[in-house]
Amino acid sequence: MSRASDRKRPLVSAAPADPSRRQLLTAGLVAGAGAALTGLAVRPAVAAGDPAITEIQDWNRYLGDGVDARPYGTPSPFESKVVRRNVAWLTADPVSSVNFTPLHELDGIITPNGLCFERHHAGIAEVDPAMHRLMISGLVDKPLVFTMADLKRFPRENRVYFLECAANSGMEWRGAQLNGCQFTHGMVHCVVYTGVRLRLLLEEAGVKANGKWLLAEGADSSAMTRSIPMEKALDDCMVAFAMNGEALRPEQGYPLRLVVPGWEGNMWVKWLRRLEVGDMAWHHREETSKYTDLLANGKARRFTWVMDVKSVITSPSPQAPVTHGRGPLVISGLAWSGNGTISRVDVTTDGGRNWKTARLDGPSLPKALHRFYLDIDWDGSELLLQSRAIDADGFVQPTKDELRAARGENSIYHNNGIQTWYVKADGVVENVEVS
Amino acid sequence: MSKFLSLVAVAGLALVMPAAAASAGAEDVPLPNHGVFHLGRGATQEEVAAWDIDVRPDGTGLPEGRGTAAEGEAVFAEACAFCHGDFGEGRDRWPVLAGGQDSLKAERPVKTIGSYWPYLSTVYDYVRRAMPFGDARSLSDDDVYAITAYLLYLNDVVTDETFELSKENFTSVRLPNEENFFMDDRDEEAHNAREGEPCMTDCKKGPVEITARARVLDVTPDGGDDEEGVGAVD
Repeated sequence: MSRASDRKRPLVSAAPADPSRRQLLTAGLVAGAGAALTGLAVRPAVAAGDPAITEIQDWNRYLGDGVDARPYGTPSPFESKVVRRNVAWLTADPVSSVNFTPLHELDGIITPNGLCFERHHAGIAEVDPAMHRLMISGLVDKPLVFTMADLKRFPRENRVYFLECAANSGMEWRGAQLNGCQFTHGMVHCVVYTGVRLRLLLEEAGVKANGKWLLAEGADSSAMTRSIPMEKALDDCMVAFAMNGEALRPEQGYPLRLVVPGWEGNMWVKWLRRLEVGDMAWHHREETSKYTDLLANGKARRFTWVMDVKSVITSPSPQAPVTHGRGPLVISGLAWSGNGTISRVDVTTDGGRNWKTARLDGPSLPKALHRFYLDIDWDGSELLLQSRAIDADGFVQPTKDELRAARGENSIYHNNGIQTWYVKADGVVENVEVS
Repeated sequence: MSKFLSLVAVAGLALVMPAAAASAGAEDVPLPNHGVFHLGRGATQEEVAAWDIDVRPDGTGLPEGRGTAAEGEAVFAEACAFCHGDFGEGRDRWPVLAGGQDSLKAERPVKTIGSYWPYLSTVYDYVRRAMPFGDARSLSDDDVYAITAYLLYLNDVVTDETFELSKENFTSVRLPNEENFFMDDRDEEAHNAREGEPCMTDCKKGPVEITARARVLDVTPDGGDDEEGVGAVD
């Protein structure tokens, strides 16, 4: 090691950016893929000894960063590819668009704050919390204004919920299109929210007897609005100011967002500034022109709020190919339902002829992501992987063809059909549909 | 009273008077009389009015004002056409606002104000709160009436450019697709009506065939091709 005499810190964090190192890493991956291609198990050449062991590594010799170097920690540079991704052709402009959670790189049930997919209609509003107000108006005994400080004096609750965009998997209605669960299923995330039950705020203002609907409105320049039935508002909705223990991220509605458990993400109004109580729905843009489900007969469903039971295998998947040979293979995925908990997930490796019940691991919380695993002994042959979730209410995830038979191909929203991944003998994975 | 008991009493007092105990010097501020926690303050009429911009299909929330389709054409050209096109045809992937009549059963439906939207109030509400893109709340109430009238004209709902839309005649205008929306009934779809446990073994006859592949037209970012896919998120 040439830097043995260098007493300064040897730029450990810059190591992955070093071109020669990157080439080495890439070469390693290619070699791994090549070995898998021939069906051989990949094992390090041990004759001369594994250099990871026999050579002293930089991090084993030199000092690393001190505690003042990273006041807000970020992932290892080796994880730099684990990021949200945009699909440029999908929308007119990234300011009114969506990006996707890298589900294939994640495990467990909690999504890190910086990886939660973004969907906003007028860019990220940068709201000064000292200037943020929440107003409750309309059919109430007393219209009220709360500051953020006021809201933090109500009793708080912590709840883990998934948030799924109604358009998640919407690009797959006409057939397999995108190679990666990040793109086919990445408009979902799951975090623990801290906030106040909406019921407490509404009771503070006093909802009049004819107050049957609630209009939630955001403070961004799209002034996003959705109508929410009072029954849901009083049931389990929250106003949240924290996610995963820290303040909401700006792109998730800092300083305040609505939480509408199990219902489509568009209703979880970000930068929440106003709740108006009314006696009927408002039929605003996001519940008429958008977020209504056009059927083949030309008619359209409205108020399709609940997110149906759904699952997807996150690994292996097109962005997470199998890089080892035959032998133990962990099949891992996510399942969720807007109705409550997931009671079971079945996995098939032969395109749906035979199914095995997967193992749910980690917390099983209502309206939250569930993690499942099926640990198999892969013989190196081609696989057609699918997962099928069943929720506690008995709803079974349908096939895509069943959904198309019921709705046609122009619904855009609420595609909860079973996803198929084609794992080839070389470990490469492709998005396909099957007979 | 023992020392212990008086401590409990003080603690209890603090619990039932959280507002007074919250900050030093706040003892003299009277608690609001609303609600359970007495948190927040009453909103003034001016504050409620400043944010109360929403409009419903029954006309609730419409401001005073008026504008003709001809007036709207000029405003639209200035404020809207850059994205939506002079005639609401939509540029690039920005929304198409006009046309598409009788396309809802077609392979590629064109969902516009005229072909799809159920209520005219949605147009007024949305333009007023969120348009023009990047310069929201900059249009006058009369301008929004005029733009809404012009959009009716572009969609052949009205055919006379001198047509004037106002608070008074607003709810007399109905959009053609209003009747084609119905409440969510997904629970009644065939796959949800199925009874019993799902099949676990020998569920399909013979080997499963691949019927469609993403690779045929790879529109995945960095997928190698510069192709664009089909579909939308909103």
